[in-house]
Amino acid sequence: MTGSIAHDAPSTALRVLAGPPPGAGPERHVDHLARLGALPPARDLRDVIPVLEASGLLGRGGAAFPVGRKWRAVAERSAGDAVVVVNGAEGEPRSAKDRALMEHRPHLVLDGALAAASAVGAREIVLYVGSEHVAAQRALAQAVGEREREIGVHVRLVTPPVSYVAGEATAAIHCIDRGDARPTFPDVRPHERGVGGRPTLVQNAESLAHAALIARFGDAWYRTAGRGPTRGTALVTVTGLGGRMAVREIEYGTTVAEVAGLVGAALAGTSVRGARSRGANPGGSMRARAGLAPGLGAVPRAGEDRGPGAVLLGGYFGGWAALDDVRDAPLDPAVLREHDLAFGCGVLSFAGAGTCGVRATAEIMGYMAAESAAQCGPCVFGLAAIAEALRRLAQGTAGDGELDRIEHWAGLVEGRGACHHPDGAIGLLRTALPVFEAEFARHQARQGCSALPVKAA
Amino acid sequence: MAERLRLDPIRCDGYGMCAEVLPELVTLDDWGYPIIVDGPIPRHLLAHARRAVEVCPVLALRLQRVEAGGQGASGAGSGQVTTGGS
Repeated sequence: MTGSIAHDAPSTALRVLAGPPPGAGPERHVDHLARLGALPPARDLRDVIPVLEASGLLGRGGAAFPVGRKWRAVAERSAGDAVVVVNGAEGEPRSAKDRALMEHRPHLVLDGALAAASAVGAREIVLYVGSEHVAAQRALAQAVGEREREIGVHVRLVTPPVSYVAGEATAAIHCIDRGDARPTFPDVRPHERGVGGRPTLVQNAESLAHAALIARFGDAWYRTAGRGPTRGTALVTVTGLGGRMAVREIEYGTTVAEVAGLVGAALAGTSVRGARSRGANPGGSMRARAGLAPGLGAVPRAGEDRGPGAVLLGGYFGGWAALDDVRDAPLDPAVLREHDLAFGCGVLSFAGAGTCGVRATAEIMGYMAAESAAQCGPCVFGLAAIAEALRRLAQGTAGDGELDRIEHWAGLVEGRGACHHPDGAIGLLRTALPVFEAEFARHQARQGCSALPVKAA
Repeated sequence: MAERLRLDPIRCDGYGMCAEVLPELVTLDDWGYPIIVDGPIPRHLLAHARRAVEVCPVLALRLQRVEAGGQGASGAGSGQVTTGGS
C-alpha cells in the first residue's frame, strides 16, 4: 500500500512543516492535496499499523512510546467503536510545536487522525486542543469544515483549561467525558477503556502528522531521515536565545549547537568542526571539545563563578544539562537516554551563563507544584515542600540542611502519584542539582547569588 | 495465588489506619501518606493486609492478585493482574 508516490515525498529535514511559509497561515485543503495528494483509501489504511511499526515512529508527547504498537493495542480491542483523541493540549510552558503544527498544517494533523480512525476501527475523533491555543482550534475547525463530505466519522472539539496535566492521557479522557481535566487512577488503561468506556487512542498531534506522511510514503521513506539510531524528523521548540519561541523541524541526531544555529544564534565554544560533526559519539562522552571559537554569548571561564551556560532539554519532564556537555550532543531520544537526558517533547530552553540555576529551577518547581492536580498527597505536599525550600534557597534565606531536606523529599515523592506529574518534576530537579551544583552549594551556604540579576521571564 | 496491596493515591486522604494495622508493610511519609512495600504479600501477613483494606475509611486500598511471573499493573497489557474486592 505504500509503494506508489504520486506526489513528491517531503525532503529529508523538512517534512511535517514542509509547504507554505509560516506567514501564509493555515494551509487550505486544496493546497494540501496539491502538495501531498490524498490519503490512501480507508480500506488500505487498515493495513498501516505494520508500516508504522516498521517505520519506528515514536510518540511526540514526551514519552516516545512506539506509535505503531499503540495503534495495534487499540485496534486489537476495538469493535469498530474506538475513539481517537488528537492530543493538542500542549500545556508545557516552553513548547509551542503542537499549536504551530495544528495552526499551519491542520489537514496533515487531521489526516493522521483519519488514518488512525481507519486503522484502529474508530468512529469518533476528538480534537483535544488547549483552550489557549485559539489559532490552532480555528484552523482545525476550518479544516474539518472544508472536508465535511469526506469525513466519515464524528469529529468534535474539546478544549481543556490551561493546565500542565491536562495533556496526560487519563486527564484527557476525564476531561472529554466529564469536563474535569485531572488524571484518574483507572484499573484499566485508555486503550482498553477510555472515552465513553470505549477503547481509545490518545495520540499527540505531531505524532499523527508524521503518521499521515508514513501512510502516504511508507516506512522506508520515513527512515531515510535521521543521523543516528532514531529515525525521522522531529519538531523542537527553542527558547532563551533571544526573540520569541522558535519552532523548527530537525532530523533526529541534529546537534544542540546546530539547532541554536537554526534560530540564528551561535553558541559560544562551538567550533565549525563541532557543529558539523554528525552527531553520535559512539560510546564516548558527550562533552564537547573545549573550543573557544568566537560566538555570541559569554564563554564561562574556569574559576569564574558565574555558573555554566545550561540548557533545559525535553521540557519540564526533561532535565538540565551543562551546555559544555551537550553542545555537540545529537538530539536523538535513544542517544540522550543513554546519557540520562531526555528528548521529551522537543524543548530546548537555553539559560545564559548569567542565569542563576537555583532561581531558574526554583521557578520551574514552583510552577510544577502549583500545577499539581492536587489529588495525591505526596504530590500536593511533597512538591510544595520542595518548591518552598527551593524558594528559600533562591532568595538567599536557606535554612540549615535545606538541600538535604530537598533530596529526602524528592525520594518520598517519586512514583507515588496516580500520574507521572511528580515523577517528571523530581526528574528535572535531580538533573538541576549536579548541573548547578556549585550554585546550589553557594546558596545553601548563604553566600549570595553569583549570577547577574535575572530578568523576570 | 499471591496478592499485593494496591493503593489509589487519589482516594487516599492520609488517615494512616493501614499503617497501624500493617506496620510490617506500610509506613507513613512526612505528610502522613502511606508508603507500601510492593510485591506479593507474605502469607503470614495476609490476614493483616485484609484488615488494612477493611479499615481504610475512603476505600483507597485494595488487594490485587498477582499472577505467576507478573509483578503488578506495570505491564501495559492485558489481564496480567486482576483486581480483587475491596
